[in-house]
Amino acid sequence: MIGIVDYGMGNLLSVYNAFDYLGEDVDICNDPDSLKIYDRIIIPGVGAFKKCIDSLKSTGFVQALNEEVIIKKKPTLGICLGMQVMCTQSQEFGVHDGLGWFDAVVKKIDTRLTLPVIGWNEINQKKDSPLFKGIPDFSDFYLVHSFFADCLESDLLATYQIEDAIVTAAIIKENIVATQFHPEKSQDYGLKFLENFINWNP
Amino acid sequence: MSKLRLIPKLQLKPSEANPRRLVLVVSKQFHEYTEIGDPVSQAKIFQDQAADELCFVNIDKNAKVELPQLANVIKNVSEVIFMPLTVGGGVRSIEDFRLLLNNGADKVLINTVAYENPNLITEAAETYGAQCVVASIDFKLNKDNKFTVFTNCGTLDTGISPEEWAMKVESLGAGELLLTSIDNDGTRSGLALEQIKKVVSLVKVPVIASGGCGLAKHFVDGFLQTNCSAVSAGNFFAHRDQNFIQTRSQIFNAGINIRLHK
Repeated sequence: MIGIVDYGMGNLLSVYNAFDYLGEDVDICNDPDSLKIYDRIIIPGVGAFKKCIDSLKSTGFVQALNEEVIIKKKPTLGICLGMQVMCTQSQEFGVHDGLGWFDAVVKKIDTRLTLPVIGWNEINQKKDSPLFKGIPDFSDFYLVHSFFADCLESDLLATYQIEDAIVTAAIIKENIVATQFHPEKSQDYGLKFLENFINWNP
Repeated sequence: MSKLRLIPKLQLKPSEANPRRLVLVVSKQFHEYTEIGDPVSQAKIFQDQAADELCFVNIDKNAKVELPQLANVIKNVSEVIFMPLTVGGGVRSIEDFRLLLNNGADKVLINTVAYENPNLITEAAETYGAQCVVASIDFKLNKDNKFTVFTNCGTLDTGISPEEWAMKVESLGAGELLLTSIDNDGTRSGLALEQIKKVVSLVKVPVIASGGCGLAKHFVDGFLQTNCSAVSAGNFFAHRDQNFIQTRSQIFNAGINIRLHK
């Protein structure tokens, strides 16, 4: 069963609906103690980094997530801010520490660009991964963001290009995959990505 | 920039036959409404035709009290539609933002309240992020022959120019603008290119141009001449079969960077 972490941030319903539509057993989980019953974990998130990490801390999810994701190594998917919060640090409105699962710093996209980036962009797959099974390279996915994860080359799963900037679109490390794009908002290929996550055995 | 977007606008009003139910309508110059069907089934058609985003607006003057019905429509839509949803009409408070977002909206459209209580723009942007706050700006030529912003479903002349208001809402924290020409709405005569172009040149946030599309050429003109990020249309997509796919091909063939397939 899939557990969507509810720590009081953002639009959980569309993530829930997408897994439900795919025929999966899925729950919205607002109790850190019950996180252990799920086989797979989703960390969604919309909003600002500081509020996100503060909410994860105040709801007691940080410890539970470290237990289930890092120690038990359950397949875990972070989406958008849920990806950024997995990084070491963010520079959004000050400097804040994240969960530190990825050796990456969240930085603002080159400010000459119109921000936030809102819309569909061609995602360039950097690794051959079962998560992109059935999804052609450079397929369009939907993104909304002003900050991105500046990560290690070795963790980079996908990127996209906007003007001259190459922006991180997805990162992967052992049992954790995280996307800047919103698979739950990216129509057919987005649903395919989520289906691949359901079948993923890292 | 991201691919340029085509956004069907689904305008809602209470059904004449059953006022508790919101149905899809088309409008002309913000009056003369025609009921054309069910929002959920129409949204499914748009999804199959790979629209880039959907915009739902309750355009009824009692939209505030109908907000729970609007939230319910969005809840039903979000069960079967997996693309970005912008929703508005009758939003008055941060609680209204929460209601719509909790029911599946990704972005919330505000118009009259942005003028009456500009602080709400900032409050909502700080709470949910700027990307969540779409300022809807309706404008037309007023009785003094000036282009000004109108609120309250296009009935109240604020006396402010669209350019000035666009810069103001951007500075308050709006993450995107929906710019609609009331004069052109439903006329199929093309977008108000001059005014849209002016606004686009003055703000950094994405601008969705709207009002007047009657031909695929009007979308092409909008993208090429105004530098807008998206074009939205209601009547255009509501009246003819399959034209979304045709329209997209025509725009793509004009050399514009839009999505062609799913």
